[in-house]
Formats: sequence, structure tokens, C-alpha cells
Amino acid sequence: MSAAEPQREAGAPATSAAEPLLQVRDLRVTLDTPRGRADALRGVSFTLRRGDTVGLIGESGCGKSLTGLALMGLLPEGAEVAGSMRFDGREMVGLAEDEWCRLRGDRMSMVFQEPMTALYPLNPDGRQIAEPLLLHLRMDSRAARAEALRLLERVRMPQAARRLDAWPHQLSGGQRQRVLIAIALACNPALLVADEPTTALDATLQREVLQLIGGLVHECGMALLLISHDLGVMAENVDRTMVMYGGTVVEAGPTAGVFARLAHPYTRGLFAARPRLGLPRGTRLPTIPGRVPELADLPHGCPFADRCDRVTPECRAAPPAPVPVAGDDDHVARCIHLDASMAPTRRDEADA
Amino acid sequence: MFQYTVRRLLDLVFVLLGVSILVFLMVRFIPGDAVAIMLGANTDITPERVDALRRQIGLDLPVYEQYWNWLTGALRGDLGTSIWTGTPVGQEILARLPATFEITLLALVLALLLSFPLGVLAARARGTGGDVVVRVIAIVGLTLPSFWVGVLLLYFFSIYLPRWPAIGYVPFGEDPLGNLARVALPTVAVSLPMVAGLTRILRSSLLEVLSSDYVRTARAKGVSERVMLYKHALRNAMIPMITVIGVQLGYLLSGVVVIEQVFAIPGVGRLMVGAINERNYPLLQGVVLVVTGVFVVVNLLVDLAYAWIDPRVEYS
Repeated sequence: MSAAEPQREAGAPATSAAEPLLQVRDLRVTLDTPRGRADALRGVSFTLRRGDTVGLIGESGCGKSLTGLALMGLLPEGAEVAGSMRFDGREMVGLAEDEWCRLRGDRMSMVFQEPMTALYPLNPDGRQIAEPLLLHLRMDSRAARAEALRLLERVRMPQAARRLDAWPHQLSGGQRQRVLIAIALACNPALLVADEPTTALDATLQREVLQLIGGLVHECGMALLLISHDLGVMAENVDRTMVMYGGTVVEAGPTAGVFARLAHPYTRGLFAARPRLGLPRGTRLPTIPGRVPELADLPHGCPFADRCDRVTPECRAAPPAPVPVAGDDDHVARCIHLDASMAPTRRDEADA
Repeated sequence: MFQYTVRRLLDLVFVLLGVSILVFLMVRFIPGDAVAIMLGANTDITPERVDALRRQIGLDLPVYEQYWNWLTGALRGDLGTSIWTGTPVGQEILARLPATFEITLLALVLALLLSFPLGVLAARARGTGGDVVVRVIAIVGLTLPSFWVGVLLLYFFSIYLPRWPAIGYVPFGEDPLGNLARVALPTVAVSLPMVAGLTRILRSSLLEVLSSDYVRTARAKGVSERVMLYKHALRNAMIPMITVIGVQLGYLLSGVVVIEQVFAIPGVGRLMVGAINERNYPLLQGVVLVVTGVFVVVNLLVDLAYAWIDPRVEYS
């Protein structure tokens, strides 16, 4: 075992305590699209410490899933990555594939959106949970099986012992997602990326699964990056929220602050468009005009310029820099019209 | 599963019954019966002799009665006797089966041995030159008829390797090397389309599996691409492969029938062609019965193989 190899114990930092678990700086991803190469991520930066829970929110196509895949080294073929992703004290941009294989499933894991198709149909659940244990922790098969059972119990799988030898097609969607969470947690990773983990589940199950993930993340001292388009999911499950649009983080801050201030016009649009209880029947929800532009068509300046009601010629001149919102350095938004777009009524509500 | 197998074997009985009726009627629609061909250009025959011969073979009876006699015989295991040689049909077929089975099985093995590496190679090198080369070869292989390839092989071997025993057949037991040398060319010719077909199927099903959600899950676990390909993807790609192997085996049998003509191999195919030409009804009937039986059993094995590979398959 080389000195550079990260240690096994969860929560035991491989580097000095001062360095955060994950530091993403100016991450850029270029993809092959049918219309040529396109910049899919345009300078994403954020930091995750152990125990942090951070949410990524935005419409489809804004780059939130891509950010998760980039962190896991699972970008599609032909993707080019620039910038920096430091994880556990080492740079992941430019990492060789076999080193990615050693990280994935061990130090970092991912749970995906589609539990119905995410499990291998030809192996029983227990073996699928045991696979990362055999691979990374070099357990023998008997120990791995025992550990798989323990993991199934931890994700509160009903009748865990029987499910060990069940096939994926015999499980419900919620149960499959539990198996996938068990797989992700098997080696006690330091970072868990959950990409819309409950979108495909029934509403009643969503909360249960999210609480399960939240509880396990808290127990193990993992960092969580939760990707969702659901504002309610964000409000209840993450301490920090990052709003993405057009491959950049347009607003980031403590969840409570982002929800209270709605600094960026795009964030405001997202909130205005959400359905609420108590609206009179037949009320038309406000929508954000236009549609998410194709990657190749993103404007040069602010990516939201074409759909924004406060757009001025300056908006199109250059990508806006992050500006502290209401003097709070921890809460920033990329908009040059911040003051104008602030929602005083909302802020008053939050203050009250 | 046991019940399923039994039911499928019962189906087999009905398939054989149907096929035997069809063939029985069809051969009698071919103008000229065995007697006419036997007597041929012989001029000093009398109608009495023709009738005697017909009676002797049983052709004077109504068709349904002929069929009934044949059927009751077949149920007792007696497929009748060859009109021309007088030897029992079962015995004639048994004597010809080894050559046909040998070529069919060798061609299948050869096709599997070649198509697996080629398919994996094309899938791994997707979009690159190697992939294109394999795909072009596969298309060409699918397009060339095996009898033409056989003739071509014969041609080149007789010119450049005149001492190669390219034609005929010796049983493996008598002369192992001579046997292999003689079956090599027909085997290659007949397996070529199968290699091509299987390679294409394997490539596309591998690529489909490799882009699936569960492969992404496996990659997120840290499984390397190699392990993924050989452990997860290949096993999953076997499901469509087995279907195609089953179908191709049928084509293979018919390909062998033709190739036996090209290489003068005394197999079931030549027996069948001969039986048609001579209007040798009992012999033809027997051969078709055996070939149909083999085909149905192969298909049953294919269906049973699904359950062995894929836990989702249930027979009811």
C-alpha cells in the first residue's frame, strides 16, 4: 500500500484538517454534441467539508448531473475536463482510469435517479452489495455477505436476510433504491453524490428515502452532494444550496438564506414557478419565459440573459462575477443587477 | 421448469406429426413417382409389370392409407425401407448422420470461437478503425453464400494445394487426420455467415449493455472497464446471442445440406437431395422427420438456456 493511498476509516482525513474534503475550482467540461463541441460546465467552483450537505438545483440541462458525474470521473466518452477538483488532498482532474476505479465506490460513491434499471439484473442483491467490499476492502466472500446483510439492515430493508438472495426484479422501486444506497455506502465513503435519488419514487417514499440518506450521511460523517430539481427536497435536506444555470453556479449560499432572499433572477423564477397549496384552482403558475438554451447556443455573457426580465446590454458583455448578497460573503450570486432583483417582501418575511 | 420441458416435448410430437403430413403430401405432388423413374427409358415394360411394382411398394393404395401405414410403422420405430436399396430407412440415415453432425458442430464451434473475440474487439474499439474493419468483414461474411465460398475454396485449394484431400469423407475413427482435412473446408464455408451474424449481434448487444444504467452503477462501484466487459456485459449479451445461435443452427443445417453437394460428402443433406430426385418417399420422409426433430430440440434447449442465464425468465 503506497503512502498516497487514502486511509480506510471514514472521517479520518488523509490530509491536514485545514484542507476541505473536496475543493472544486473553475471546473470546466466540454462535451461532444451532435452540433459540435460545447462547453457544458463553465467554471464551477465550490467546497465541501466533512459533514457538509450541499444541494445542486436547476432545470434539466443546466449541468447539475454533469457536475456529479465529473466528480465521480464518469463523464461520457469524449468529455474534456479542465480546472481543478481536489479530493482528499489530491487532484482528480487528469486522474488515470485505474486510479478512478480505486476511488469510486470506496472513498466516493454515487446514487442515481433510476432504481428500476440501475441494478444488474442477473445477480442477486447480496452479491451486488458485496462487490465493492470484495473489490476495495478485499473481504472474503463470507465476510462480504455478512457485511452486505448488515448494510441492508442499515438501509432499513424489510426482511433484509431474505432480500440478500432476492433478484432485483423481485424488489419494488423503493427497495431497489435502498439496495443502491447500501451499495454506495458499503465502503464507508467520505463523499456521497446523490443524483435525483427520489425522483422516480412515489411521493410517500421520497421523504423516507431522503431521511434515510440524511441520517446515514450524518451518522458516518460523510459529505453529501444532493442533486435535485425539487425546491422542497433542498429546503429539507441540505445546509447549503447552489443554483445552477447554463453550466455555472448562479447563486450559492446557506439554504435558508438562498430561500429567503432569492437573490438571482433565475432563483426567483424557479420559486415563482413552483406549485403551492392554497392557490385557487385553475391558477396559472408563472413560468420562466423561453427555454433552457442548448449548450452550443449559450450566450457569451450571463447565460440567463435571454430569459431574464431585468436584462440590460451590460449583461451580455461578459459573464458576471459572483457578488455577495446583502453583504454576506457566504451567499453569492452572479448577477450585476442584484439590488434591483432582490425581493424585499421575501426578505421581510424571513426577517420577521 | 420440468413441467415446461415435458410440455415442450409433447409439442414436439405434434410438430413432427404436422411436418410428416405436409412432406407426405408434398412429395406426391412432384410429377413422376418412384416407379416411373426406376423404369425410366426401359421400353420393354408392360403395364402389368408397372402395376406389380406399384403394388409391391404400396403406391397403389390411397394416400391416406399409405400415410396410415407409414405412421403406425414409425410409431413402432420402423421408418420403412428405402424403395431403391431395400435397406431400412433408419439404418440409412444413421449411416449418414455422423458426417452432417460433425460439420454442423465444428462449424458452430468455429463460429463461437471466432465471433466472441471479434465481437468483443469491435465493441471495445467502437468507432475506431478496428471496429470498422470487423463490421465490414461481418457484412461481407453475411452476404457471401456458403456454397459459393465452398466452390471458391475448392478452386484455390486444388490449384495451390493439389495434395489437400478437399473432396469426400472418411470417418474420424478410420483416419482422424484425413477426416479433419476433408471436413475443414466445408466447415469454414458453412460457418462464415454464422461468424458474421454472431459477431454483429455480440457487438451491438455488448454496446447496448455497456451504455445501460447498471453498468454505470458498476462503474460507480469502482469496477474496471475490463471486468465490466467480461463479467457483466458479456453475460448479459449472451441472452440475445443464444436466441441467434438457435436460429442460426437451423440455417447451419440447411447450409450443410448444400455444402455436402459441393464437397461430395455423404451426409444427410445428400441423402435428402438424392431421395427427392429418386422420389424415394420413405427415405425422404425419414430424413425430414429426423432433421425436424433436431431443430425442435435445439430450440427447446435454447429456451431452457434463457432460464439458466436470466433469473427473470419463468416458464409457466
